[in-house]
Amino acid sequence: MAEYEIIHEKSPVFYERYERKNELQHQTHYCPGCGHGVAHKLIAEAIEELGLQERTIFVSPVGCSVFAYYYFNVGNIQAAHGRAPAAATGIKRACPDKIVISYQGDGDLAAIGTAEIVHAANRGEKITVFFINNAIYGMTGGQMAPTTMVGQASTTSPWGRRPANEGFPLHVSEMLATLEAPVYIERVALSDNKNIMKARKAVRKALELQRDGAGFSLVEILSPCPTIWKKDPVEARKWVAEKMIPVFPLGVFRDRKVEIPRIDVPQKTVAEALELCETPGQRLAPHHHGKPCTIKVAGFGGQGVLLMGIVLAEMGMREGLEVSWLPSYGPEMRSGSAHCHVCLAKERIGSPLVAHPEVLVAMNEQSLRKFAPTVAPGGLILYNRDSLPPDFAVSHARVMCLPASEIADKLGSAKVANVIMLGALLEETECMSPETAMTVIGQMVRKPELLKLNGEALHAGRVFVDHQVRVGAVSQPDGFAY
Amino acid sequence: MRQLCKGNVAVVKGAVLAGCRAYYGYPITPASEIAEYAALYIPEVGGTFVQAESEVASINMVYGAASTGVRVMTASSGPGLSLMQEGISYLCGSELPCVIVDVVRGGPGLGNIAPEQSDYFAMVKGGGHGNYHNLVLAPASVQEMADLTMLAFDLADRYRNPVIVLTDGFVGQMMEPIELQVSEVNPPEKPWAVKGTPETQNNLISSIYLEPDDLEKHERKLEQKYKLAQMLETRLETYMTDDAEILLVGYGIVSRVLRSAVDEARAQGLRAGLLRPITLWPFPSKALAETAARCKTVLTVEMSTGQMVEDVRLAINGKVPVELYSRIGGNVPSVEEVHARMLECAGAEV
Amino acid sequence: MAAVSRGSVRINVEECKGCGLCVDSCPPKCLALAPELNAYGVHPAHYAGEGCTGCGICFYCCPEPGAITVYRMPAPPRATEAAHATTL
Repeated sequence: MAEYEIIHEKSPVFYERYERKNELQHQTHYCPGCGHGVAHKLIAEAIEELGLQERTIFVSPVGCSVFAYYYFNVGNIQAAHGRAPAAATGIKRACPDKIVISYQGDGDLAAIGTAEIVHAANRGEKITVFFINNAIYGMTGGQMAPTTMVGQASTTSPWGRRPANEGFPLHVSEMLATLEAPVYIERVALSDNKNIMKARKAVRKALELQRDGAGFSLVEILSPCPTIWKKDPVEARKWVAEKMIPVFPLGVFRDRKVEIPRIDVPQKTVAEALELCETPGQRLAPHHHGKPCTIKVAGFGGQGVLLMGIVLAEMGMREGLEVSWLPSYGPEMRSGSAHCHVCLAKERIGSPLVAHPEVLVAMNEQSLRKFAPTVAPGGLILYNRDSLPPDFAVSHARVMCLPASEIADKLGSAKVANVIMLGALLEETECMSPETAMTVIGQMVRKPELLKLNGEALHAGRVFVDHQVRVGAVSQPDGFAY
Repeated sequence: MRQLCKGNVAVVKGAVLAGCRAYYGYPITPASEIAEYAALYIPEVGGTFVQAESEVASINMVYGAASTGVRVMTASSGPGLSLMQEGISYLCGSELPCVIVDVVRGGPGLGNIAPEQSDYFAMVKGGGHGNYHNLVLAPASVQEMADLTMLAFDLADRYRNPVIVLTDGFVGQMMEPIELQVSEVNPPEKPWAVKGTPETQNNLISSIYLEPDDLEKHERKLEQKYKLAQMLETRLETYMTDDAEILLVGYGIVSRVLRSAVDEARAQGLRAGLLRPITLWPFPSKALAETAARCKTVLTVEMSTGQMVEDVRLAINGKVPVELYSRIGGNVPSVEEVHARMLECAGAEV
Repeated sequence: MAAVSRGSVRINVEECKGCGLCVDSCPPKCLALAPELNAYGVHPAHYAGEGCTGCGICFYCCPEPGAITVYRMPAPPRATEAAHATTL
C-alpha cells in the first residue's frame, strides 16, 4: 500500500526554532487567529518556491510584525515606524539584484509612513510591499488606524470613527494605483478559504515581478485581528468578509508592464568626476606674484558681484597667495543686495570675514552708503557711478567713481560692468596681473565672442584709471574720461 | 593641484574620495550644494543619488543603505536635522555607520539661513531619544570640509556609528583653495551587514531589545564603544597657548576669527592663545583642562547663546573662570569685538 | 476493510494555539478541537484520523508556520495517462 507523502509543511524559509525569542520558541508571538501568521506563511512559501531565500532581505516594520525577523530565515533589517519603504529604497539601491520586502501594517504604512510609501511607489522602487490592513492598531492596543472604517469603534474613536472628526478610511491601493510607476497592486483578503488562495497567488506574483526586475509591487492584505476586534478567530475572519471587503473591495488595481525611460549618466573616473585633473590654465601664473589685499564687492543681485569675487580669489590662488571668498548667500541669488569678502594673503588666513576692507567695490549707491564707512583708513572705494551722491562724503579713504554700468552698456552688455570694475581695481591697486584675470575669465567664459567682450571690458576699466579722476578725499569729479 | 572650491562642494569631493557611492538627501539652504554636487558626482562614478521626499525619508534611506555595508551619507541644515533625529537614534541603536553633514543656520524654528552654531546641543548631546552619542567633527576651512568628511567615513566604520560633520553656513558657502588626491580606499570588511547573501543571511540589523537585561547589555556595549572613542579620537588644534594668559576657545568659523584675534591681541601685548576643538564629541576635555590650568581666564566664543561653553565649564570644573562671548542670528563675532571682550576679561583678572 | 483516507493531517500541539480556524475551514469537517488542554492551556486542534482528503486548506488557514502538516496518498497512475506517456 502506498505511503502518505507530505504535501504541506512548515517552510524552510522559517527558522526551525525561533531562537531570537526568549521563550515559546515553537510558536509565533501572534495571537490565536491573527492574520499575520497566514500572511507570513504565504510569503515564506513564495520565497521558497521561487528559490529566493538566500537573496531576500526582509524589512520589519513597527507594529505587531516588528518581530518578523524572529521567523524569516533571510537577511533581516528592522526599520523605524513608517520608514520601511525608505529603508528598503536604500537597501535595494545598494543591492539591486536582491529581493527586498517591506512588510507593513496599516498604522505604519498608511499613517506615519504615508509619505514614504507614496514616494517609494512613485519612484518605482523595485521592491515588494506587503501591506497588512486590519483597520486597527494592534500592537499599541486598539487605537484608530487610518483604515478604521466609518462607525468602527476603537480606543481613540470610542463612538466609532466619525468622518466629521477623523475623516474617512484611507484606500491605499486605489491611491497608489493613480501613480505612473507601480507595476502591480492588488488587494486580497484572509477572509475565507477561497480568498486565502487568491492571496497566495498575489503574494507569489508580486515576488515574481520583483525577481524579474519589473518594478514596484504591493499587495494589500485585509487581515483579521481577533484580539483587538474582540471576536473569536472564526468570527473575526467572517468580519473581514462582511465588514471590510465592502469598504475595501478586492481586486487588481494595477497590473501592467511599465517602461521607464532611461537617461544614462556618462561614467567617469573619480579624478575626472571631481575635476581633479590639472588643466594648463589652472597652473600658477608664471611671472606674477600677487600682493595681499582685502576686498569687499557689493551691489545688487545680478550685477556679477559674487562672480567678481570668485575671479579675484581664483586669480590670487594662481598668483601664489592664500585666498578666501565668502559670500552673502541665499535669496540674494535671486534679487536683493549681495556682497562678498575676498582675502588675499601671504599667510594662512584667519577670519575670512573682511570687516574693514582695503578695497570696496560698490556697484550701487545702497552698497556705497552701507559699506563705505567700514573701509580701512587709507583704503580705496571704487564706485559704479560718475560721481558720489551729493549728500555723501568720504574723508578716510580714496574714492574713484567710474560709471562701469554705462561703459558696459556702450560695450554691448550691462553684464560686464563687474569686469570693468575688476580692470580698474587691478590697474589702481596693482595687486594682481590683468593677464591672470584673462586666464581665469577664459576658464569661465567659453564662447569666443563673450571672451572678447570681457577682454574689452577689462581693458576699458584699466584705461579709465589711466585717465583717472579722483574724488572724495581729493575733489569731486567733473566728468569721466572715456 | 590646488583648486578653488566651495566648502559644501569639498564635502562631496571628500566623500567620493572616501569611497562614498550612496547619497540620499533633501535640499535646504545653506547646505543645498552638497545635494547638488552629490547628484552630479556620485552617479558619474557609478553610485546612487536619490533626492528623497523629506529628511525623514533620506535618513532612513541612509539607514537601509548602511545596513548593507556601503558607505553612505546625507546632509542638511538645522530644520532638516531636527527631522532626522529619529533616524539618527535608530542608526546609533542599530550601530550603523554613516556620515551626516549639518551646515548650521539660524534657529529656532525657521530662523534664518545665516550661519549659527546653535545645533551644538542637538548634534553633540544627541537630540534623538535614548542613550547614544554621535561622533562630531567641526571643520574650520574648505580643506577640512573635505579632509574631515573623509575622516568621518573612517570613524563611522571603525565605531559602527553615525559621524556628524558639524559646520555652518559660512564654511559651507565660502571658497578656498584645496588640494585633493585620489588614493585607494579600503573600507573595512563589514561581516555584520545584511547583503542578501547566504553568508549574511543570519545577520540582523535592529535596535529593539525587548528584555530589560538585553537592552541594558546592548546599551553598555555602546557605552564601552563611546569610552573607547573618548580615549582614542579626541582631536584639537592649539595656537600660541604655551605662554597664554587668556585662552580663547571656539570651533569652526569662530576659531578662524579667534586666530586673528590672538594675532591682534599679541600685537598689542596681550598674551592670548587659542584652543580649537576639532572633535566636539568626544570633546577634548583633558587637553582643555590642562591648557586652561596654565591660563588666568578662558573666553569661549560661540555663535550660539552658549552651548559648547557648558562642555568647556565641565572640563575646567571651576579651576579657571570661563567667560562667554556670543553672537547669534547670523552675526559673526568680529576680531574687534573679541579683542574688547578679552580686555574686559583681562581687566577683571587684575 | 474500512476505506483509507486520501489525506492525513498532523497537528503539532506545541505550536497550535487552538484558534479553531482549521476546524472551521476544513471542507470535509474532519478536524475538531481536542477536549484536553496542551501545555499552553488551550485546546489544540485534533484530527480524528478519518476523512481527510489532503486538500491543504487547513494548512493555509492556520496562522502558525509549523502547527499543521498535511499528507496525501500519491494518486495511482491512471491507465490512460500511462499509455499516453509511452506514446510520446
